[in-house]
Amino acid sequence: MKHIATFLVLFVIYGLLTNFVIDELLIGALVSLVLTIFIAKYTNYSIDYKLPIRLAVFLFAYLPVFFGQLVLANLDVAKRVLSPKIPLNPGFIKVKTDLKGDFAKLTLANSITLTPGTLSVDIDGDYLYIHTIDVKENDPAKFRQQFTQLFEKILGVVFND
Amino acid sequence: MAIISQIFLLLGAVFYLLGGLGILRMPDTFDRIQAGTKATTLGAFSILLGVGFAQPGWLLKIVLIIIFIAISNPIGSSVIAKATYKSYEKPTNLKRDDIKELFGGEINE
Amino acid sequence: MINYIVFGLLGLGLLFAVIRFVKGPQLSDRVVSLDTFNMIVIGLIVLIALVYNNNLYLDIAIVYSILAFLETIVFARYLEGRHGNH
Repeated sequence: MKHIATFLVLFVIYGLLTNFVIDELLIGALVSLVLTIFIAKYTNYSIDYKLPIRLAVFLFAYLPVFFGQLVLANLDVAKRVLSPKIPLNPGFIKVKTDLKGDFAKLTLANSITLTPGTLSVDIDGDYLYIHTIDVKENDPAKFRQQFTQLFEKILGVVFND
Repeated sequence: MAIISQIFLLLGAVFYLLGGLGILRMPDTFDRIQAGTKATTLGAFSILLGVGFAQPGWLLKIVLIIIFIAISNPIGSSVIAKATYKSYEKPTNLKRDDIKELFGGEINE
Repeated sequence: MINYIVFGLLGLGLLFAVIRFVKGPQLSDRVVSLDTFNMIVIGLIVLIALVYNNNLYLDIAIVYSILAFLETIVFARYLEGRHGNH
């Protein structure tokens, strides 16, 4: 199951990158096969029967929120860059996350980087370290609600059991 | 279709310009990383979508580039931010610094 | 007509990134501006694909984006190692 899915993903990416000629597709199948064996051996992930649900949540709940936040972030950047004196109030903060698994944490960190005023710097265990351009209230209890809760809810459905 | 494509192209160019301006105007490195990453990511998405609307046959490849940029650009900026934090002095106007405890005293002074 | 405007705006963005690259007081500022520069160049390559109506430029954009990512990672590693361990 895991091998077949990995092989299909690699083969489709290969197909997108080349023209649909029979020789190239054969070489692509061979390359994908070798890569599948290596990837499945050296990395740790699993694919289960809930995949369609996860995919649907990812496409129809995560992506719209993500693009909305990206546009908001850019308006925020535009506002700051175009104002004569740039309003800044920076700080590094620490937020705990409930997500398990490297890929889930990576997606959360990437999403946080692209939301208004935040930039994820590092992940250490269950803690995310974030640089924020505007520390509104200096209260560790509220950081989580302020910065990560929106994405954590959705990604929790996508990645956790 | 051509109108939509041109609107996207123009928006993308404006966001790219804002990214360059952010890189130039922001006062310290972390703010520059923030402005640069956000503006160039949306700029790239917008220009790619504009080209995709003009040439619908290219959409598959364009979606591939969009996925790759969406994954790689934030990772790159996080890595730069971490390296910057480890190797240079901190900005002086910080309101709060939680990372200090992570790296302890092993960096710089 | 719109092509001239778009290319002009992108050129201005590139100019700002280059100014920061020349000015940047620290090496890290230069790496950041290089990252931005690369992203703008990817946009330029895709636009050139549209103007010349040639599919192949998209492949160049893919390869360029992969190389730009690697470049960023390598420079960041170098930055980290230069001051990090002493």
